[in-house]
Amino acid sequence: MSTRLAKTGRLVDHSRAIEFTFNGKRLKGHPGDTLASALLANDQMLVGRSFKYHRPRGIVASGAEEPNALVGLGEGTRFEPNQRVTTTELFDGLTCISQNHWPSLDFDIGAVNTHLSRFLPAGFYYKMFIHPRPFWKHVYEPFIRQSAGLGKASNPGDPDRYEHFYYFCDVLVVGGGVAGLQAALAAAEAGSKVMLIEQTAHWGGRAPVDGGEVEGQPVADWITATLAKLQDMPNVTLRNRCMGAGVYDHGYALGYERVADHTPGSDAPRHRLWRIRAGQIVTATGAIERPLSFAGNDIPGVMLASAIRDYAIDFGVSVGDRTVVVTNNDDAYRTAITLKQLGLEIPVILDARQSGGGALADEARALGIRVENGKGIAKVKGGKRVEGVAICAQAGEGAVLEEIKCDAVAMSGGWSPVVHLWSHCGGKLIWDEAQAHFRPDRANPPKGAKGEGFVIPAGAANGTGDLASVVADAHEAGQAAAKAMGRKPKGKAPEASTSVEAPMQPVWLMPQGAGIKLRMKSWLDYQNDVKVSDVQLAAREGYESVEHAKRYTTLGMATDQGKLSNINGLAILSDALNQPIPQTGTTTFRPPYTPISLSSIAGEAKGEIFQPIRKTPMHGWHEAHGADFEPVGQWRRPYCFLRGEEGRHEAVNREIKQTRASLALLDASTLGKIIVKGADAGRFMDMLYTNMMSTLKPGRCRYGLMCNENGFLMDDGVVARLDEDTFLVHTTTGGAESIHGHMEDWLQCEWWDWKVYTANVTEQYAQVGVAGPNSRKVIEKLTEDDISADALTFMGWSEITVAGIPARVFRISFAGELSFELSVPASHGRALWDALLEAGEEYGVMPYGTEAMHVMRAEKGFIMIGDETDGTVIPQDLNMDWAISKKKEDYLGKRAQERSHMADPNRWKLVGLETLDGSVLPDGAYATAPGTNANGQRNTQGRVTSTYHSPTLGRGIAMGLVHNGPDRMGEVLEFPKVDGGIVKAKIVDQVFYDKDGEKQNV
Amino acid sequence: MLILTCPCCGVTGEETEFHQGGEAHLTRHGPGASDDEFHTYMFAKENPKGVHFERWRHNNGCGKWFHAARDTMTLEVYGTYPAQTLEPPQEIRDAITAKRPGWTWREFA
Amino acid sequence: MSEAVTPLNGARVNGLATIADAGLTGMITLRGDLSSAEVKAAVQKATGLDVPAQRQALSGQGAAALWMSPDELLLICDYDGVAETIATLEEALRGQHFLAVNVSDARTYLHVSGTGAREILAKLCPVDLSPEAFTPGMFRRTRMAQVPAAFWLDEAGTFHLICFRSVADYAFNLLKTAALPGGEVGVYG
Repeated sequence: MSTRLAKTGRLVDHSRAIEFTFNGKRLKGHPGDTLASALLANDQMLVGRSFKYHRPRGIVASGAEEPNALVGLGEGTRFEPNQRVTTTELFDGLTCISQNHWPSLDFDIGAVNTHLSRFLPAGFYYKMFIHPRPFWKHVYEPFIRQSAGLGKASNPGDPDRYEHFYYFCDVLVVGGGVAGLQAALAAAEAGSKVMLIEQTAHWGGRAPVDGGEVEGQPVADWITATLAKLQDMPNVTLRNRCMGAGVYDHGYALGYERVADHTPGSDAPRHRLWRIRAGQIVTATGAIERPLSFAGNDIPGVMLASAIRDYAIDFGVSVGDRTVVVTNNDDAYRTAITLKQLGLEIPVILDARQSGGGALADEARALGIRVENGKGIAKVKGGKRVEGVAICAQAGEGAVLEEIKCDAVAMSGGWSPVVHLWSHCGGKLIWDEAQAHFRPDRANPPKGAKGEGFVIPAGAANGTGDLASVVADAHEAGQAAAKAMGRKPKGKAPEASTSVEAPMQPVWLMPQGAGIKLRMKSWLDYQNDVKVSDVQLAAREGYESVEHAKRYTTLGMATDQGKLSNINGLAILSDALNQPIPQTGTTTFRPPYTPISLSSIAGEAKGEIFQPIRKTPMHGWHEAHGADFEPVGQWRRPYCFLRGEEGRHEAVNREIKQTRASLALLDASTLGKIIVKGADAGRFMDMLYTNMMSTLKPGRCRYGLMCNENGFLMDDGVVARLDEDTFLVHTTTGGAESIHGHMEDWLQCEWWDWKVYTANVTEQYAQVGVAGPNSRKVIEKLTEDDISADALTFMGWSEITVAGIPARVFRISFAGELSFELSVPASHGRALWDALLEAGEEYGVMPYGTEAMHVMRAEKGFIMIGDETDGTVIPQDLNMDWAISKKKEDYLGKRAQERSHMADPNRWKLVGLETLDGSVLPDGAYATAPGTNANGQRNTQGRVTSTYHSPTLGRGIAMGLVHNGPDRMGEVLEFPKVDGGIVKAKIVDQVFYDKDGEKQNV
Repeated sequence: MLILTCPCCGVTGEETEFHQGGEAHLTRHGPGASDDEFHTYMFAKENPKGVHFERWRHNNGCGKWFHAARDTMTLEVYGTYPAQTLEPPQEIRDAITAKRPGWTWREFA
Repeated sequence: MSEAVTPLNGARVNGLATIADAGLTGMITLRGDLSSAEVKAAVQKATGLDVPAQRQALSGQGAAALWMSPDELLLICDYDGVAETIATLEEALRGQHFLAVNVSDARTYLHVSGTGAREILAKLCPVDLSPEAFTPGMFRRTRMAQVPAAFWLDEAGTFHLICFRSVADYAFNLLKTAALPGGEVGVYG
């Protein structure tokens, strides 16, 4: 059984105990523990169930590569599924639950799948659920949805906060082990601005576990000294609990800092995503040990040899009393030696190499450990924990030579450099035959903005071996990074211990000739339950590309992204395809290195700052007076103002009736306002608008249409000429920024010699639409200036003082009534609004919202950008030829409108639509035509673009684009409804109200 | 995420400060142009794997448009230059030639 | 005349830095040929300041001249003095191609001060805010989270930040959140 050792545990504080719970069970650990070490110290070997077969699963690794030990962490709103216990720091009061089982971890019904596993091979779901077709929707999908997913989704309402941080440095070093520390030091001593990040809470990586000396001192002391040196350097930033999550184009990297995961409820942000822009990036990300593929290698208690060593030395935890070591290299002997020296039993070391190990093997033998060369494991005995192993010859087919009782197995299949960050942005890999691993090809690094390499691998991540070569390689990498940033590095790498090891020997299957029964129990991907036999099946079925085999078998697709399984899987696939491993290649390494929280990506963007909400100066008044807001771009505009118990429809009708009968106000501040000034302003305006603007007289307004170069209508609005040189352009609410950008584009990139300046003054002004028969009267109450029908004629504007505020008054009308728009500095907007409300009281004044505005403009047959237009409509479609100048040689969109399709007389054109029964046509409904198209769908001959209930007329009114519409007045069209019924509507003139415009002209 | 240097304000900023605006050095064809000319101007855009000339706007910055010579495959930026020009400046062309001898793009080389 | 009000109406919050509504301020967009003697003279006459160099902020007594783009300055003056300043500019630039327009009410203007100021902005803007890289007198237009913003740093270490009026609440709340205690990054000051 696994227990706590008293004498070791360099990272834990034995003197203090902290409590945590696992599946409700109260357990004890020490500060410094990971959740993994604390669970093991409590002999919790079984920690979860696998995804597909629900096999019992225990901890395999000691770091970020852990595939099995995922738990649901925390409670309530802080619950989070799929948290790796090996990277979770223990804190007092931690609670977690195991996942993927029912009803309990120990007794899981789903485990029946493991007995069915021979019927559930790779591709089973693809093959099984394809026929009969109708079964998918009603039988298969509900079943699969029920069983799919790993862990439970967390509850909504994350109480924590998250943030980003933009940081810039010359050299980013990822990984705080010996290599990272030395690389950072070398770069910093050369004068570079350096950032060093480390994913765990402590510095130095695995080196203290394996020992050795650097610069004549024990490596642990050297780490402490080097860290202190770096901390004292003003040009170095150190960050632990900060994982290098990804490397992207042009030196961009993400650092995922878990600021407060270990102190939940503190006032710190939980995660901080560092958005780092580095000149050079050194990846000192270490290496990951590979499992061996033998039958039963997934039984709890079978672990990586290095992990067992880590738990013993770092955390003072022995995984087992009797540990069998199985290996193809010398490194695993260190585990055997360590455990033996701690007084634990090593019944046997099974070395798959016929020639056996080197000096470390001799040392093990000298300690009295039995070493068997050329031997391997035929099968691990046990269910929910290891009970023993059956030994066989590696060269054979698995005939059992001997059975040995044990409670843990330490396996080592060699080491793979962590090349993820090197590869994220295109760094190439080469296959190292001697080490049987892929390592970075220094000659083909990821290239940055200037076309030069910007990533340098260092230490074990570069495939180097002993401490001396790691330190030397890292020193060189740090200096190379500084040099690339224009520094002149000096100094030699520190001396460090060397060690000579016997060559490793690739072992991709144990035993070499294992039959199907063993192969079906030899796991490659623990989390996704992919076995050797699955990859071989994929190859047989033609999934020869590694990317295809991956997706077919799900190898490497689990949350661990194949950190343990990748190379072993590739080797099996290569063997099945009878080709060398480099020819098979690897799947693509994509960021993040390990999963990062979605919240950290969102950063500060949640709650009230999820997105910018644009507010007019009158927004506060609207909020306080029943405004029912709708989004218009990022603005929030009142759709209507609700009073008492009334619904939206009643409110809109009330607002329209009041406007038509007396007086109402519209907050029109969101309308775009752009100043266009200069000697060539008139010429420029004539290019922007389809109609003639240069002839507009100062003091006058003109409605105009703006098309893009492709001929399509994109914006409309009223232009006021302020003076000879200056126009004020009004755009739609949504168009302000884009139209200003459009203007600047043409001025900067095409007509840069024209004398025109623009300025977007949209937010400088608050604008209030004052509409209704009493609108002139109410303004007259507030001004001494003359705005009589003679002084300020329709489509005129002037400067007046209203309620003591300097204002521009525009006599324009969108509602079809006598109306004015008042424009004042935004800082006075609320004051104007209040004054108008007060002065208008005798006329029953009330505000109206966007819906009333829409209905009233539709009653008048006015178009609305975005309703009557959709990016494929030209002004001619809307019968607006009157707004297209025939005199102008050119305007944006003119040439496009001459194309045959645009000039086709058979286009759909705007008409009014009047339902025969007075009902409201469904929005967007199509008018059907006889016959069907090539897809068997009904032919169409028109569609509804705007449709409302008109309280003024007491019936439904609509506009629509209809094939040859204006020539077909009086015809009745049929519009199918979603519910299957049909609405009949007559084609009529689009102006429903006050056709002669008498109301606005008083 | 790319970094670009705006030649108008001198800022070297990340891509989120900028907005890409399609192919550079287009010649406008208005009224009087043939259907083919207009079609080419409007729709027939370059889509090279390699050297490319693009329009960018520093929209979260000085607001100016500029041009960038860029490699769409390696993402290398050969240079940026003001938009008020009909063709890539010689020093930009030289910079590209130094890295990609024999390059061509539309009528330029 | 009614009392003019800023969108934040004097809001102020203390956290890792102090974030405060800078109050009603006159702002004028001036577009023209910044290298011309006429513009230089006009700016000098209107504000007492030189035309700032690229990405420079020049401050004087109650006035500032900010470099917005190669043909645009933002001139800061007294809120009530805008009309007079524009008149001065128009007079001095008569016959020139230029545009001078009041944008005082189109902006929200904030002061961010205190030891945490650099880190707070670095949480929201993709700009190198280290003391080596961003020094007093520099002016930078950029993105603050999801909105455009511009800021400069004065000699006293206060950041002056401008963004559009309509997003005043968003901008204020962004800075307030970034300045919450516990969020010290610990890299600048």
